[in-house]
Amino acid sequence: MTLAVFFGCTFIAFGPAFGLFIFTIARDPLRIIILIAGAFFWLVSLLLSSLIWFIAVKASDPQDERLQKGLLIFGVMFSVLLQEAFRFLYYKLLRKAIEGLVALSEDGCSPISIQQMAYVAGVGFGLMSGAFSMINLLADALGPGTVGIHGDSQLYFLTSAFMTMVLIFLHTFWGILFFHGCEHRRWWEIAAVVIMHLTVSGLSFCNPLYVGSLVPSYLLMAAAAAWAYLLSGGSAQNLRRFLLCLRSGASPQPGS
Amino acid sequence: MITFMNNSDSEEEPCNERTSLMSAESPPVPSYQDGLQASAAGEAQAHRKRRAGSNRGPNNIAGGEMSGSGIPVRESALENEEEELTLKYGAKHVIMLFVPVTLCMIVVVATIKSVRFYTEKNGQLIYTPFSEDTPSVGQRLLNSVLNTIVMISVIIVMTVFLVLLYKYRCYKFIHGWLILSSLMLLFLFTYIYLGEVLKTYNVAMDYPTLFIVIWNFGAVGMICIHWKGPLQLQQAYLIMISALMALVFIKYLPEWSAWVILGAISIYDLMAVLCPKGPLRMLVETAQERNEPIFPALIYSSAMMWTVGMAKPDTAARGPSQQTWDAAEDGREHLRSPSHAESQMSETRSPVPTHPITSLEELEEEERGVKLGLGDFIFYSVLVGKAAATASGDWNTTLACFVAILIGLCLTLLLLAVFKKALPALPISITFGLIFYFSTDNLVRPFMDTLASHQLYI
Repeated sequence: MTLAVFFGCTFIAFGPAFGLFIFTIARDPLRIIILIAGAFFWLVSLLLSSLIWFIAVKASDPQDERLQKGLLIFGVMFSVLLQEAFRFLYYKLLRKAIEGLVALSEDGCSPISIQQMAYVAGVGFGLMSGAFSMINLLADALGPGTVGIHGDSQLYFLTSAFMTMVLIFLHTFWGILFFHGCEHRRWWEIAAVVIMHLTVSGLSFCNPLYVGSLVPSYLLMAAAAAWAYLLSGGSAQNLRRFLLCLRSGASPQPGS
Repeated sequence: MITFMNNSDSEEEPCNERTSLMSAESPPVPSYQDGLQASAAGEAQAHRKRRAGSNRGPNNIAGGEMSGSGIPVRESALENEEEELTLKYGAKHVIMLFVPVTLCMIVVVATIKSVRFYTEKNGQLIYTPFSEDTPSVGQRLLNSVLNTIVMISVIIVMTVFLVLLYKYRCYKFIHGWLILSSLMLLFLFTYIYLGEVLKTYNVAMDYPTLFIVIWNFGAVGMICIHWKGPLQLQQAYLIMISALMALVFIKYLPEWSAWVILGAISIYDLMAVLCPKGPLRMLVETAQERNEPIFPALIYSSAMMWTVGMAKPDTAARGPSQQTWDAAEDGREHLRSPSHAESQMSETRSPVPTHPITSLEELEEEERGVKLGLGDFIFYSVLVGKAAATASGDWNTTLACFVAILIGLCLTLLLLAVFKKALPALPISITFGLIFYFSTDNLVRPFMDTLASHQLYI
């Protein structure tokens, strides 16, 4: 496996996310703090859901395969719901923070808007989620070995990297959608985010049938991307202007 | 010449010192009214008055000190502005500390993961005399608690000794002590570290080259830390010696003792800084009374000074001068950390010029850096390094501890902005770090491993 697989998978999984980080987040200290706090919130949600799963597993019979599988499914779903709950909590915290920043600013407006915070929070969640999924795999990829020697899929590392990438993007878009739903009291947006998340996690049960998990996830990501773009004020016209490098007027740009 | 809290050096090349320690940024700021200009004496007075109070915040803006001598209304108005600016620049200060803490942790984790030497058990320090090789759990726990008691007592004794020396103005002794410890760190520990790294990567190096490398590294380090040097080089050296010290701790502290010591030292830090008779608090107050920089050794400073918003353009040339330095020095906040017997490092801090601010026609708004004790760096890195060393090859635990410590630091800085006095930097971060270490290692790891084996994603 060694370095080639290691670097390849690292850049597939984290390349776009680091690009986003470097170009949009790294310059502004406030955004970095929001990113790290978002990562922390995701971590706490993972901790609580692992606690529940751990208790359930310890309280059950380790020999019963079906039960263990059922508990795993329950663990995954519960974890997803808890992550979304913590996203909501983070939204509440950021709302308060914006009020604080507005109160402290000289000209009565916050240095960062809730939409920017939504984007950064999404990236924070995504990066932490991706890191937790992928880092151990990457560390193992550095060492010797043959993937799938016991009959499992040989594409394990590669598909994990792609899945991680799509999850990071999805978290980013879900952050934008979720916060927008919370801001404008559109509960169906929030519900859509939760359902999408459950779907993506549920689809990962199809692994190693990767066509069943990766392809729909990417399609969902494209849909979420388009929706988040539209919600952030983008439009087909903006896109056209951007792609054709035309100078535009005062059109807002998403997530900057 | 080595300068250390020696006021006679204050007249010497202040500009060089300051220019080397200053960043060139001057962000635009709305100009103050002309009425805020004050005389030198008044300014110095208000300045001293302000300092005597608990108004030393992380960003004690010089604008606050620009108020007229003792005009309460203006002072309170300026205090409000000061607070605004304090919290506004707060994010920048958090990042200014995130970066070095992250770098130190990265160095420690990279070393732990690659160099076998620092994870091998090769004896213990005399500060932890009880062995943990006992068969029973209870005995092991007891031994680790006893080790902790011994270690903390040593630290308390050393700190009290240091505070007494400082109180009775035995500056030369302190100075010599610090020089000796930084010599040891910069030369001996670096030599050992370099030797182990070369062994790990099977790189041959002859003694003459080694001598030249270590000599240069150590000599430049001594100069940067104890005398003058470019700020970033100084910061880099402080990070490196913190990392070296943390590696020594990780190697020589036995497992359970390390965790108990981390917990105990956060409690000690809390008490030493916040209790009225705590040694560190007495240190801070003594230094304040004497109008000296709080114990220039053992502190990492992210000093940054901006000279902004000149009231009169013709005085703009008088930019970074003694005024800003004086105000900056006195207004700095300090995140305290216990000074430990082993962790004696120093940094260069130019001696505080005590002559009052002479001319104030320029309005300066300063961005003071935030100071963090090197002991904090060390213990953060010990926690993360231990997590990397002992968490059954799991990177998730290391990452979780890292995020927890950063968030703890962020919260501590937030509290600092609110309370504006020296605060202990260890308790919150170490608490979070410990919680996350144990919970991630025991709860999250089995969950994530199970998910990974089925290639499930949450």
